Amino acid sequence: MRRPARAPLDYFRRPFIRIMFVALLVFLYAPILGLMAFSFNDSKRNIVWRGFTLDYYEKAMANSELMLAFGNSLTIALVSTVISVTLGACAAYLLWRFRFAGKTAYEGMLALPIVIPEICMAVAMMIFLARIGWPQGLPWPLNLGAIIIAHTAFSFPFVALVVRARLETFNRELAEAARDLGAHEPQVFRDVIAPHMRPSLIAGGLLAFTLSLDDFIITFFTSGPDTVTLPVKIYSMVRFSVTPEVNAASTLLILITVALTATGMRLQNRNKIL
Amino acid sequence: MRPSDEPIIRIENVSKTFGSVRAADRVSLSIERGEFFALIGPSGCGKTTLLRMLAGFETPGEGRIIVAGQDMATVPPNKRPVNMVFQSYAVFPHMSVAENIGYGLRMENRPAKEIAARTEEALALVKLSGLGNRRPDEISGGQRQRVALARALVKRPQVLLLDEPLSALDARLRDAMRLELAHLQKTVGITFVIVTHDQSEALSMADRIAVMNEGRILQLAPPQTLYEAPGNRFVAEFIGKINFFEGNAIPLPQNRLRILTEGIGEVEMQGAANGPVTLAVRPEKIQLSRHESSASGLICVQGAVSETSYHGGASSVLVKIAGGKPLLAEISNVSRAQSPLISRGDKVWCAWRRDDMLLLTE
Repeated sequence: MRRPARAPLDYFRRPFIRIMFVALLVFLYAPILGLMAFSFNDSKRNIVWRGFTLDYYEKAMANSELMLAFGNSLTIALVSTVISVTLGACAAYLLWRFRFAGKTAYEGMLALPIVIPEICMAVAMMIFLARIGWPQGLPWPLNLGAIIIAHTAFSFPFVALVVRARLETFNRELAEAARDLGAHEPQVFRDVIAPHMRPSLIAGGLLAFTLSLDDFIITFFTSGPDTVTLPVKIYSMVRFSVTPEVNAASTLLILITVALTATGMRLQNRNKIL
Repeated sequence: MRPSDEPIIRIENVSKTFGSVRAADRVSLSIERGEFFALIGPSGCGKTTLLRMLAGFETPGEGRIIVAGQDMATVPPNKRPVNMVFQSYAVFPHMSVAENIGYGLRMENRPAKEIAARTEEALALVKLSGLGNRRPDEISGGQRQRVALARALVKRPQVLLLDEPLSALDARLRDAMRLELAHLQKTVGITFVIVTHDQSEALSMADRIAVMNEGRILQLAPPQTLYEAPGNRFVAEFIGKINFFEGNAIPLPQNRLRILTEGIGEVEMQGAANGPVTLAVRPEKIQLSRHESSASGLICVQGAVSETSYHGGASSVLVKIAGGKPLLAEISNVSRAQSPLISRGDKVWCAWRRDDMLLLTE
């Protein structure tokens, strides 16, 4: 007896494919879901489930050191994102708009921080900041300057890459049309090029923000005792013991990142044009 | 000379090279006010470069471009009395149709009221009334092209430049748009300069056509002259279809020639030439029949039909004549009964009037 032919999309009915599908999801998310679940565990230890509680969220919220670290993280992420987007967009625009000697090499070097091992970047940053004598002990938020510089340095190439890719899809006849209709160069940029870049600015900004928010290695090497960020703080808490408070803080970090990404993607979709 | 008699565009000895490619080679031409002018040629012949120089997106390496009496050498694209319809239409995707059309007027800082009124007028001109609030991705390709047209025309330019305006449309729409563009040009009375690689497009719309190749203008003439009296082999071949017979001309007294050809033997005709020449005849000038015609002034050769293709109103017939030379003839299917008259393998006589034959020396 012949088996009925399957349509291309019907293959999902095969058990093997279903199992693969579920296994992939489990592989990806089981640890994270475990972490989140145990943040509600009514126990000092993270091993056995003893009932639901929000105590550890309260505890985390009341932990002033943790909250300070959280505030530091957000401030650093915000400022370094703004700088990264500005620098990255400028770099991408210049590389797209102009031809000059050594452009290919320049482009390659711009992308290099993306592939350089983060630990090398971190050590380099630490030594560099020490060598130039970056001032220590400034009042908040100026004391975050070193970390902001370090974060900007590694995240703006990502922005440049995203914006550059977007500009590649720009139809240059649009700029010529604007020019032909009476716009001068700055107006062409404002009316035609910038609107085209916008989705990539949002995407690049989002990327920079999340990169900064969850960065550990570079931050660890460039932060001082007064400038602890959330990932560094979580790390130091874990060194004593993994309490559900750590889980709660981590869960908050995940939620913020996911929420931001979702918002960004929605903004991008709404602005999607042609 | 009154200013209105002066050509609206004068291109004087313009040359332009890109690397080793000569995109324009000492081009000189003038375009009259209110003319529908076409630049045609194969791709890479320099026609688009010439158009872009008129718009100001390229600068001539040598020579001058004068538009409306003003030398354009130092005038940037945004200050020129010309507007352009781009090949991709270049409709701004993030603006509505009305915003697109009003853009040029906003750049002129016109009052909002005037912009609204003129936008409305332009929408009506291109038959898009009521679509002003649509987004470009909500309208069809043909409609986007009308937006591009309206957006350029609303500025009331002295000259409208069109870069391959019909190439992105499907065949049916293209034919309709041809007529409409020609009509629109007569309505607004603006000089149109169109660039196209499609010779039939140029023939059907333009008042005059410049045929370009390798940066040079090979012939500049009205459509009928280009078709019936091409100045050289390239133009003859580029415009329409044609049969060539290579030959050797021997001058005779009284401005007559004897030409020895391959394919059609010895031909005597008016003209001055010496040495290698080409005789040419258009396919529709050739009559096919079963019998040899004895009328005077006709050239008559026998051959065998090697291929036929039916196009509805007309059929193309390829006849192999003496020496295996293919001869293309086009016959109109004037009667319903006639169409299947000729079929492959038939022996036929091809006849055409000697006067319908062209003598090409270049």
